[in-house]
Amino acid sequence: MPASIQHGRSANHTLRIVCPNGHLGFAPIKTGSFRTGCHCEPDLICADSGSCDVGPVPLGADISSSPLQWQVDDLEEMLLASRRLGVPMIVGSAGDTGTNSRVDLFVGIIRELARKHGLAKFNVGYFYSEVSKEALRRRIVAGEEIAGLDARSPLDLATLDATERVVAMAGIHPYIKLLNEGADVIIGGRSSDCAIFAAPAVRCGFPEGLAYFYGKVLECASFCAEPYAGKESVLGEITMDDVKITALLPEQRCTVASVAGHAMYERANPFYEHFLGGHIDMSQCRYEQYDERTVRVTGPRYVPASELRVKLEGAGKVGERYVGIVGVRDPYTIANIDLVTGWARQQVVERFGDSGYELHFTVYGRNAILGDNEPLKATPAHELGTVVQGVAPTKGMAEEVCMIATRQMFYARLPQVKGTAGGVAFLLDEVMPASPAYRWTLNHTMRLDDPLELFPTFIAEVGV
Amino acid sequence: MMASRKLSEIAKTIRSKNAGVDKITFDVIFPDRATYDRVRESGILSRAAVCRIFGVDPALISDHVEFEPALAIKFTIYRRMPSGSPGDADVFGSQQYGPLLDIEVPGMP
Repeated sequence: MPASIQHGRSANHTLRIVCPNGHLGFAPIKTGSFRTGCHCEPDLICADSGSCDVGPVPLGADISSSPLQWQVDDLEEMLLASRRLGVPMIVGSAGDTGTNSRVDLFVGIIRELARKHGLAKFNVGYFYSEVSKEALRRRIVAGEEIAGLDARSPLDLATLDATERVVAMAGIHPYIKLLNEGADVIIGGRSSDCAIFAAPAVRCGFPEGLAYFYGKVLECASFCAEPYAGKESVLGEITMDDVKITALLPEQRCTVASVAGHAMYERANPFYEHFLGGHIDMSQCRYEQYDERTVRVTGPRYVPASELRVKLEGAGKVGERYVGIVGVRDPYTIANIDLVTGWARQQVVERFGDSGYELHFTVYGRNAILGDNEPLKATPAHELGTVVQGVAPTKGMAEEVCMIATRQMFYARLPQVKGTAGGVAFLLDEVMPASPAYRWTLNHTMRLDDPLELFPTFIAEVGV
Repeated sequence: MMASRKLSEIAKTIRSKNAGVDKITFDVIFPDRATYDRVRESGILSRAAVCRIFGVDPALISDHVEFEPALAIKFTIYRRMPSGSPGDADVFGSQQYGPLLDIEVPGMP
C-alpha cells in the first residue's frame, strides 16, 4: 500500500467510500488498487454502472452493452469485499441503462454469487426506474408539459408513440430508503451518478452541498486522478467541512488540476450539477493539495429546487439495420465521392421511393467523424472507406436498401472515370446485419410530487 | 523571441465528450496560468473562433466558459443529431476535438 495514504480519519465524523469503477461492467475493475482501498477502512463500496454514452440501442432494445461475464466479475469483486468488511455496497444504474430487466439481472447475479460463495444471509435492496408510456400519455393528455432539455420541444404523443422504453433518473431518495430498511447491498435502477454516493452521506447528516459534490467527484473513479488510468479505485472521505479524494493506484495522484479538471468532465457547464431535488453550485469550490495523493475540496453549495422535476431518458426504434463497407482508391472517384453516393442513393429511390427507410453514407477519410463540422472535408485522404447503413422496418428491406446502395457504388457512372471494371473496392461482397437502429426520443423532465413516486423499492434476503 | 505554437504543443489536455445525448463538450486544459492567460487573451478559442473552426452557427454553442480552477477553456456544441442515431459516427463524442490540435497560438515564448 502506498505509504502516503492517510490511515487516520481526519475528523470524528467522517464517511469513507471506495469507488472501484466509473462504469461497472463496461471494462473490468483493476483489482490491485481496489484491494488497497479495502484496506483503508471504507464505510461503503459504491459504483455507478450506467451511462447514456453507450447510445440509444441498449435502452431501446433492453440489453446491456457490457458483457455478462464482466458484470459478474465486477459485482463479485465488490460483493466479496463488502461482505468481508461488513460494509454496504451500492451499485446504481444497473447494467448500463438501469431498466427493470437490468436491475433484475444484477439482483440475480448477487443472489447467485451469494450461493456460490456460501455467504451468510444479507439483505439486497433494489428499486426500479422505468416509467410506463401510458403514465406519460395520461400526463400529456391532461395538458401537463413534459419539458424538453437541451433545446428539445416538449414531449408530444407522436414522439411518445415512437418510443420503446423510458427510464427516470432517481435521486438519493430510494437509496436512503433502502439503507434505512437495512439493505446491505443496493442495486439501483437508473439514477443520477452522484446520488449513489451522496445518499449515504446525506443520510449520515453531512451537508448536502458537500455530499452531492462527493458523489460528483467519486463517480468516475480514477478519472479524477492523474496520469490518466481507467478503472482504478479511488478513496473518498467526507467530513462536515470538506471532501477529500485520494488516488489508490501507486502511479496516480489526485491533484488540484486533476480534480478540478474532472469537475467539468462530461457536462456542458462546470459550475452546476443538476439532480432530482436541486443542484449544486460549484463556482465557489476551493481545491487544495492535502497530501501527495489527496485533494481537499470545500465550498460547493446546494440549491434546492423550487419544483421537483425528474429527468427522463427514452429510446425509440428507427428500424432494422444492415451495414456495408466500400473502399475507394481512384483519386477521380475520391474527388467525386458525393456523385458516387448520390448515384447509389438514386438507385434505392428508384426501388423504394424516397421515404420509409434511412440510408446513410459515412465517408471515412473525409468527414465521417465530424460530418459538416469537419474543416478539412475539402481535402480527403488518398483512399476512402465508406460505411453504408440501410435502416428499414423489416430486415429484408434493410438488407436490400443497404445492398443496393453498397453495390451501386460499384456501378456509379462518373463521366471521366478510367477504371471501367468497377468503381470501388469491396472488403466483403456482402452487407452485414447490425443491431437495430434506435434514437434518443426523450431527453426531458417531468414534475413529481414525491421523489420516490417513480421508484418502487424492494428488499430480499439472500445468502445461506 | 515570440513565435506561434500549435495548441497541441502547449495544452495539457484537449478532449471532447458527450454532455448528455444532445451536446458535445470540449475541454482545453493548460499546464500553467501563463499559458492559460495567453490563450484566453489571444481569442483563438473565443466563442466566435469556435464557430469558425467548426463551421457552426453561434446558436449551436450552448456554453462557453473559462474555468479558472482547472486552467481550462470549455465550450459545448449542440449535436446535429442525438448521439448514436443512425448516421452518427461518434457515439461518445470523443473524437470531435481533432480540429483544435493544429490551431496556431500567436505570441508564445
